[in-house]
Amino acid sequence: MEKSGSIDSLGSKQSSSRQPSVDSLSSTSTSRSDRSSHAAKPPLAVFSDNVSTSTEFSPELRGRTKAVVKVLRDANKEEPQLLPKEHVQDMAKDVTYICPYIGALRGTLTVTNYRLFFKCTDREPVFVLDLPLGVVSRVEKIGGASSRGEVSYGLVCKDIRNLRFAHKQMEDSLRKSIFEVLMKFAFPVSNGLPIFAFEYGQVYPENGWKVYDAQAEYKRQGLPNESWRITKVNDHYELCDTYPSTLVVPVNISDEELKRVAAFRAKGRIPVLSWIHPESQATVTRCSQPMVGVNGKRSKDDEKYLQAIMDANAQSHKLFIFDARPSVNAAANKMKGGGYESEDAYQNAELVFLDIHNIHVMRESLRKLKEVVYPNIEESHWLSNLESTHWLEHIKLILAGALRIADKVESGKTSVVVHCSDGWDRTAQLTSLAMLMLDGHYRTIRGFQVLLEKEWLSFGHRFQLRIGHGDKNHTDADRSPVFLQFIDCVWQMTRQFPAAFEFNEYFLVTTLDHLYSCLFGTFLCNSEQQRVKEEVPKKTVSLWAYINSQLEEFTNPLYVNYSNHVLFPVVSMRHLELWVGYYIRWNPRMRPQEPVHQRYKELLAKRAELQKRVEELQREVTNRSASSERAGSPTRSITPVQTFV
Amino acid sequence: MLSSLGSGGGKTAKPSFVSYVTPEEIKSEKEPYKKENQPDLLPGEVVFCSACPVLKYSQDDMSQRGVFGTLLCTNFRVSFVSDEVQVEETCKLFKNKLYGENDIPLACVDNIYGGYEDKKKLITGGLLKNKYPSKIIVHCKDLRVFQFSLTYSKEEDAKKLCFTGVLDHNNVVMKTYLRSSSIDNNAVCFVEMQRKERTMLFDCLEDWTQDMKRTKGNCRLVTENSSFELSQKLPQFFIVPLNVTDEDLVKFQGNGLPMWCWSHHSGCALFKTASLPLMLTAVAHNHLYSVKTEDLSDTLPTIQDIQLSYNKFKQFFLIDNTTEFWMSDMKWFSSLENCGWLDMIRQCLLKAVEVVECLEKENTNVLIMEESGSDLCCVISSLVQLMLDPHYRTLLGFQSLVQKEWVAGGHAFLDRSNQLHLKEKVESQSPVFLLFLECVWQLHQQHGPAFQFSETYLTVLSDSVHVPVFATFLFNNDSHRANVLRAESPSSQRGPLNCPSVWDWSVQFDCRAQDLFTNPLYAQKTKQDRSQRKSHRPKHQRQLSLPSSAFKTPTKKGFFKDEADSLKKILGVKRISRWMLSPSSDFPPMSSIKEFYETWQAKPLDYHGMLLPCLDGPSIRVWMQRYLRWIHDVQILGGGPVAVLSKVSELLAEVQELRSELDRHARTVTSNHRGAIRTRAKTAPENLARSSVRLSSSFPFVTSRNWSFKPAIPTSMLQSLMMSEVAGDLASREDDGSEPETVV
Repeated sequence: MEKSGSIDSLGSKQSSSRQPSVDSLSSTSTSRSDRSSHAAKPPLAVFSDNVSTSTEFSPELRGRTKAVVKVLRDANKEEPQLLPKEHVQDMAKDVTYICPYIGALRGTLTVTNYRLFFKCTDREPVFVLDLPLGVVSRVEKIGGASSRGEVSYGLVCKDIRNLRFAHKQMEDSLRKSIFEVLMKFAFPVSNGLPIFAFEYGQVYPENGWKVYDAQAEYKRQGLPNESWRITKVNDHYELCDTYPSTLVVPVNISDEELKRVAAFRAKGRIPVLSWIHPESQATVTRCSQPMVGVNGKRSKDDEKYLQAIMDANAQSHKLFIFDARPSVNAAANKMKGGGYESEDAYQNAELVFLDIHNIHVMRESLRKLKEVVYPNIEESHWLSNLESTHWLEHIKLILAGALRIADKVESGKTSVVVHCSDGWDRTAQLTSLAMLMLDGHYRTIRGFQVLLEKEWLSFGHRFQLRIGHGDKNHTDADRSPVFLQFIDCVWQMTRQFPAAFEFNEYFLVTTLDHLYSCLFGTFLCNSEQQRVKEEVPKKTVSLWAYINSQLEEFTNPLYVNYSNHVLFPVVSMRHLELWVGYYIRWNPRMRPQEPVHQRYKELLAKRAELQKRVEELQREVTNRSASSERAGSPTRSITPVQTFV
Repeated sequence: MLSSLGSGGGKTAKPSFVSYVTPEEIKSEKEPYKKENQPDLLPGEVVFCSACPVLKYSQDDMSQRGVFGTLLCTNFRVSFVSDEVQVEETCKLFKNKLYGENDIPLACVDNIYGGYEDKKKLITGGLLKNKYPSKIIVHCKDLRVFQFSLTYSKEEDAKKLCFTGVLDHNNVVMKTYLRSSSIDNNAVCFVEMQRKERTMLFDCLEDWTQDMKRTKGNCRLVTENSSFELSQKLPQFFIVPLNVTDEDLVKFQGNGLPMWCWSHHSGCALFKTASLPLMLTAVAHNHLYSVKTEDLSDTLPTIQDIQLSYNKFKQFFLIDNTTEFWMSDMKWFSSLENCGWLDMIRQCLLKAVEVVECLEKENTNVLIMEESGSDLCCVISSLVQLMLDPHYRTLLGFQSLVQKEWVAGGHAFLDRSNQLHLKEKVESQSPVFLLFLECVWQLHQQHGPAFQFSETYLTVLSDSVHVPVFATFLFNNDSHRANVLRAESPSSQRGPLNCPSVWDWSVQFDCRAQDLFTNPLYAQKTKQDRSQRKSHRPKHQRQLSLPSSAFKTPTKKGFFKDEADSLKKILGVKRISRWMLSPSSDFPPMSSIKEFYETWQAKPLDYHGMLLPCLDGPSIRVWMQRYLRWIHDVQILGGGPVAVLSKVSELLAEVQELRSELDRHARTVTSNHRGAIRTRAKTAPENLARSSVRLSSSFPFVTSRNWSFKPAIPTSMLQSLMMSEVAGDLASREDDGSEPETVV
């Protein structure tokens, strides 16, 4: 008691003496919590847990009258602000949420067809947990009824946290527990219910589905040209059902030949162009493994095809084939009819293995990582624990692979072919990262959206299987954090090149949050064909509609648009670090700080203010006097060093 | 300002140095070299020996290529002078005036290895007599690595000379006090700034008085030691609690005197002491009769531990070849953890937070102690002051802090850095000051805008310790400094010897380079803030009851008994509220520290208030700029912090431009003159931002002009290690989990 008393007195004392700077800081520093406390904006739900804990811990929220008012107003309601078409399914009072950081909290739990909402009003400030059900990976009952007659439930989440609740055993045994209701709506696919994205009816100013237009993107790259043509052979997904309808292939290969090549490539995923260098015409092409098999089968059509890819680039008489897998795995694939290109069959081609492991290894790595970072970090062995997860090692290998690809294209002016086994996991990571290094357009917010739509969504990264949207089968071996790894790699690049990306960290985190939330249709289904069939673009809202409706939130203020600037990140462990702002964001002690961005925004505001004042004065001056007399003030030298802001 | 630093070296007059090396002292000296291949020698610098031609391998290249030139050894440095015509170094804005990129001040030499065929051996004096290596590898204390091939040089003698020069003449350095008789007057900007508000050197009464006044301390200033009458170990001037009497001063000969460090606005203060705390009552009397003592040696590493750990740590950055580097990259995190260096940083910061909690939350006096009273005491006391007092986060404030706690505080810089490479001093060698700078860097990277100085400043300061020119770092304590300087000055001809202080930055850098010492992100306190700041002196309730358990006679240190008994008597009268002689148990427990941090974190961050570091695993990082700056393979071309800083500087310049324009307008409006209204002039100085594409993460230490833009591709990519280690069957499974056991 005495202790807390002294803290309080300390607090009041400090806040009074600090008041002025608090004011000056708050406007920028609170932007994130502020943004999240707007319950009216739908996607914030994902972040709201963060907010609620920030109500608890965040340096930003205290002393903010606006935020406090907000919380008080909300405090009168037990329910969340519902989205259009969102309905409360069940509500239970006296539920305990066992927070690993604060301890047990008693409050009201609400389950809707979109989210789980927990609110504890006993404490000041009010604690709120707001979680889209799509994030839930599994719900399990922990143990039986305890001596106090409580049952406990654990929620394992896809976003690196576990939640634990307890509530009284139902006296009326006929009534379903709220957690049974929760299970029903958390796994709509398993229960024959629609995913919420198909119900969500929010209207945004922009149609996010229009962000990516394959024709326009290829046109931006200067395609078609004398060496590359756009083919309609896959218009109805007949050639390859996991590929997009629009494909770019070498000019001198006919559609008939394409079909024969497709027969030789796994799942019919033939080599097609992803990116072309504007000057050297060196290309990045992607495909799946060749169906070589144990007998070393060859395909004249495939060999001719790769030769055509090489010939399309006059600068080099060599072609690099990057096989993302470790060579052992690539060889093992021969047993199943797959394999890799032999250098005998493909003359002038050089095969390089990039040693990136498969989805199972990655899943296991993330599982270990979660153990290390959630809920608490063991300080003394943090680094060796981190190393034992191999997570950053995988990140390093992926980035290193992409770097080699980018280097061959940029420095070597050589065309490259990238594949793994099926060409929709590691291949997508590699081509999209290499393109991010090579082409500044993809580092803008809209460009990045195009990159995702193109390399990931249209080329059939199997989001539904990898994430398991609405599916209760959490042990499904098809689940894997492939896309998360890619975003992590992008984040590593933004760390190394803080001024080269138009988007900020919040953009990346938001993208990942909505990868799971099932609020938007963007990451639903496994391929373009499926999305067309399910009419996803018609029936759901795109994440980009939401993002682009408030770009300022996602913009990196430090962005400098260097044109034609290639980024070569350093892929040494020395420069890779764990993305604290994502993996450890639930830990209130590790609240990410962005002093630079805050400070920069302050400066921007200051500049705007000064500019305004200068303009005002100029107007005043011109209005006042017509008498022209030169003021004798010499141009004042700018005193460097100090910042009087 | 970063953006004002474009091209052009800006001809500034070199400071002239006068040597105090008498010619007799340099025996090996022959006729002065008339060759052109000679560096610009400092006044008083003499070449001992040289070898030619020597091949200097370019470090960023595996192919054993390099540059031919002459390797020289002087009484100040080892220098390599290239035969090739130097490229016009216009872009070299961060040039050290004392030594160039191919110079190694002798004190900066860490280890020399000889390359024998495929082996690498540490060269000691004895080894050389038998066999000369074909190649020497020099590891520097500022983490540069040089590799020279001697196979081409003609004379064996040259080699010999070179080695004996490097190895044996290190001890000459000590006698080579250079004096800057005229400090570069062209470096106006900085000097002028210093005139207004100077770095307090704490070598005079006024500085101490002023600092005590500033913190509103109420202690006793001791002048009795101005000529070291009391003790050779004590500073000339220092401050003790008010109750310490003249007799105490004489009686204890300075042993166990509680030395005042800093006063908290509540009235309680931080004291430090060497060895035994003999005058606790006096400390307790300072404020509210409460004191907590902390024996730092109980919980913090010893100076030998620090040295051992750093020796392991630095090896990660002294890279001889790229293959080795990429090999070590695999086990980077665990190696980092095993060397324990980051953990030591964490421990120091944690201890400082504990002390801060006592001062800030409990308002008790704190007395920190250790055997020497001038190693970890300095680290902790200066960290505490940095966390609590924004004054020390300014550039001049920080320099004053180093002067107060480290220089006047008697940190044995000479012994700790062992600049003379003396064998008998190896034991006492330890990078304690560097450990402190590391801690400061951690605070800096967590709370950047709170600091007026930049990361580059800290890096340069850490380098300057090994440039044996500055009085700041050459001595063990005040009396040592006074004695040496007096003895070395030939009283007849010249005045007292006057080594420059390291804070005379113009000795090393011109003022444009010095601009990089300030942090463009610094959130300076506005005048408004200042005026509204009130001094809070909250009332405290005196606790009248004395907990009996706290009264244990110390079991560990028996000789305390008498003192403690007599103290008990006093205590009975004086009612000391808390009394702890076994402090580690009573110091704030971990949970309390956690709570203290979280309470602080929950409040709005004020860069001019108390700052606490986050100590969780991921928050303590490696000081990239310092440690990675010379390693080519990890340079982020076009990226790194400079990309942000240049952007910020650019914006700042714009803001300032607008501001001055406003001033101009304000003048014209009031005087009813029409000013020459210009639309915002694009006078923004040469734009770093625009050129930052060409800068790298090691800015400003390495310019990327020689570098190819080829990325560094790890050489050992195959993860055979991992394959066997990780669940092996997962790795070999098919991506589409249907038939996991098909392939091996």
